[in-house]
Amino acid sequence: MADFVSGFWNIYVMGLVALSLLFCLFILLSNNKRQTGPVELHGHVWDENLAEYNNPLPRWWLYLFWITLIFGVVYLVMYPGFGNKPGILGWSSVGQYQTEQARAAERYGPIFAKYSQMDVAAVAADPDAKGMGQRLFLTYCSQCHGSAATGARGFPNLTDKIWHWGGEPDAIRATITEGRMGVMTPFGGVLGGDGVKDVTHYVRSLSNLAHDSLRSQRGAELFAQNCTACHGADAKGNPMMGAPDLTDNYWLWGSSEASITETVTNGRMNQMPAFGEFLGEDKVHLLTAYIWGMSNKADK
Amino acid sequence: MQSQATYNYKVVRQFSIMTVVWGIVGMLVGVIIAAQLAFPALNLSELGEWFHFGRLRPLHTNAVIFAFGGCALFATSYYVVQRTCHTTLFLPKLAAFTFWGWQVVIVLAAITLPLGFTAGKEYAELEWPIDLLIAVVWVSYAIVFFGTIAKRKTSHIYVANWFFGAFILTVALLHIVNSAALPVSLTKSYSAYAGAQDAMIQWWYGHNAVGFFLTAGFLGIMYYFVPKQADRPVYSYRLSVVHFWALIFTYMWAGPHHLHYTALPDWTQSVGMIFSLILLAPSWGGMINGIMTLSGAWHKLRTDPILKFLITSLSFYGMSTFEGPMMSIKTVNALSHYTDWTVGHVHSGALGWVAMISIGAIYYLIPRMYGKTEMYSTKLITTHFWVATIGIVLYIASMWIAGVMQGLMWRATNPDGTLTYSFIESVKASYPFWTIRLVGGVLFLGGMFIMFYNMIKTIAGQKAYEAPVLSPAAAHA
Repeated sequence: MADFVSGFWNIYVMGLVALSLLFCLFILLSNNKRQTGPVELHGHVWDENLAEYNNPLPRWWLYLFWITLIFGVVYLVMYPGFGNKPGILGWSSVGQYQTEQARAAERYGPIFAKYSQMDVAAVAADPDAKGMGQRLFLTYCSQCHGSAATGARGFPNLTDKIWHWGGEPDAIRATITEGRMGVMTPFGGVLGGDGVKDVTHYVRSLSNLAHDSLRSQRGAELFAQNCTACHGADAKGNPMMGAPDLTDNYWLWGSSEASITETVTNGRMNQMPAFGEFLGEDKVHLLTAYIWGMSNKADK
Repeated sequence: MQSQATYNYKVVRQFSIMTVVWGIVGMLVGVIIAAQLAFPALNLSELGEWFHFGRLRPLHTNAVIFAFGGCALFATSYYVVQRTCHTTLFLPKLAAFTFWGWQVVIVLAAITLPLGFTAGKEYAELEWPIDLLIAVVWVSYAIVFFGTIAKRKTSHIYVANWFFGAFILTVALLHIVNSAALPVSLTKSYSAYAGAQDAMIQWWYGHNAVGFFLTAGFLGIMYYFVPKQADRPVYSYRLSVVHFWALIFTYMWAGPHHLHYTALPDWTQSVGMIFSLILLAPSWGGMINGIMTLSGAWHKLRTDPILKFLITSLSFYGMSTFEGPMMSIKTVNALSHYTDWTVGHVHSGALGWVAMISIGAIYYLIPRMYGKTEMYSTKLITTHFWVATIGIVLYIASMWIAGVMQGLMWRATNPDGTLTYSFIESVKASYPFWTIRLVGGVLFLGGMFIMFYNMIKTIAGQKAYEAPVLSPAAAHA
């Protein structure tokens, strides 16, 4: 572990640390005299009446200083801190992290592992597993999807039957493990301002929202030329690429004319981070079951 | 021999008055953001992003540290250096420039921070054109201060000036090194450092801003105004020598304790921690010297509210300089870091120590700037003292409880190793304490309004006064 780019900096840091400690020592020892007799004024007067006594350093204060200095030296012997000396305890923050990780894996691993052979539906029905799944969800997922998993603008609701990337257990597992990048390409340049407006009205018409029927007709043609590759000829989307169904009146970024215009013009970027490596298979399995269970309660 | 020259009081007067004005502004913004935490609707999102907590919080910190605290330091150091060197200010026009330059910096900060222009470094958010202006003003300040020291009429330099001098030199160094950046436009720049090194330099700056701006500078105030107001000699010259050198030598190392358990190398964290602990005694040296100066004159505390402010500030100083080293211990830091405990710690220093000693010193200065020795109302100073003290106690007690609670909630685990509480649950549990903190802040701000009224009444109808320069010979008489 090289914290220094060359041996020089190591010596430099050691020198500075030693110098600072020795300086404290020097300043203490050189002012340690305890005079006898009454305390005298130091002799100078400023601004009419500013003067100084020359009381000795309070003993308890001196001891306090000594204790902290000795503690500092002992700490530097025991822990890494004096240049690149590792410290006689062999402690390092990376080592501590790895030890704690290993201990946690040993202690908690079996608790999660016992569900790994059960299928998702069975795990989802298990009340203990459900509790653990919810706790994992609140720790790792609620920041974006909300404590109740009902989502927010730009972050999907996980409690309904609508899925951009598929709602089957394996699809959910893949989403959690590898993450997803949902990209809506910007079409402002291709369609032009008027074209975007027409497409917007057409898209709104698909969910029976208020729209201008003339624009919507023109929009349908533009849609067929530009949008069907991802959203499909029937506009029902394509879970292979996360393209949403545009006919179900579910809107990740809002259904207002302004919001759809923005989506079509400038596109959207959605990112679900990958959790597979961080959480491990067993925890992902529990989370998959918990999330699948939220939208499949009626099936039980 | 009495010379006919007079001390330069004008710049002291200007800075003293602006200390009170910026104190009210900075603390008002503090009360607003405290209210936003307790009642998030007050972020006024419908109006735009300008009033969000994230925009106003740096405005609050910059206003209280650099506008309120800065003006207090300029006012007191210009006053003290003249009177203890028995001479007028060196280059008075340059001193006048530091006043106007500093006010421009503050106004620019108040405009650019809500607009979102930020360098993204805590306590060093201002963008590079303002940073350049700060550097120019600060170097001018150093020239005026050290020039005045150079033409002093006394053989010895009074202890208060050591602290002011160390503060001025070090802040110049800190500001220039940490603000080094590559500008890409008038309003945007990128730090000259990257990654863990940038973090290390930022907190080397950040903690020494605490150590030199908010500690050494205000110890300078203490060393003049406590013995003056108590009319007693300083307790120990020897102690002042030891704690001065130990303080300025070890403070430089303490920055890494802001980055415990991060990507910073282990050795840096260890060194930061041990020197933070070693700082305990040198910090307490100042407290002992201040409080013990009062020995033989304790009765004055009963009747003199200015002395109450000064001595209470030293008690808070002692408390927060004990708390700081304890929080720098890694195992304690693992609990306290990122919680409201840190916020409480900062405010026991900022309100209890920095603000109270400044308020005491300004109450001393204001009447003297107008040829009087007393404020308009001593009773109102007493009222201010009690309102402010109750405010601080409410503030720091609520933050201690909230902070320890947050730290414990974040680390609590279930038998399966999952976290017992999600983050938002700790937020929910903090609301009552954030409301109590708001009450404490309102009280402290209320005290500043009392001070403002008292100041206006003291000044009203009075002519500005310039005191004659005393010669050291007369001083010994």
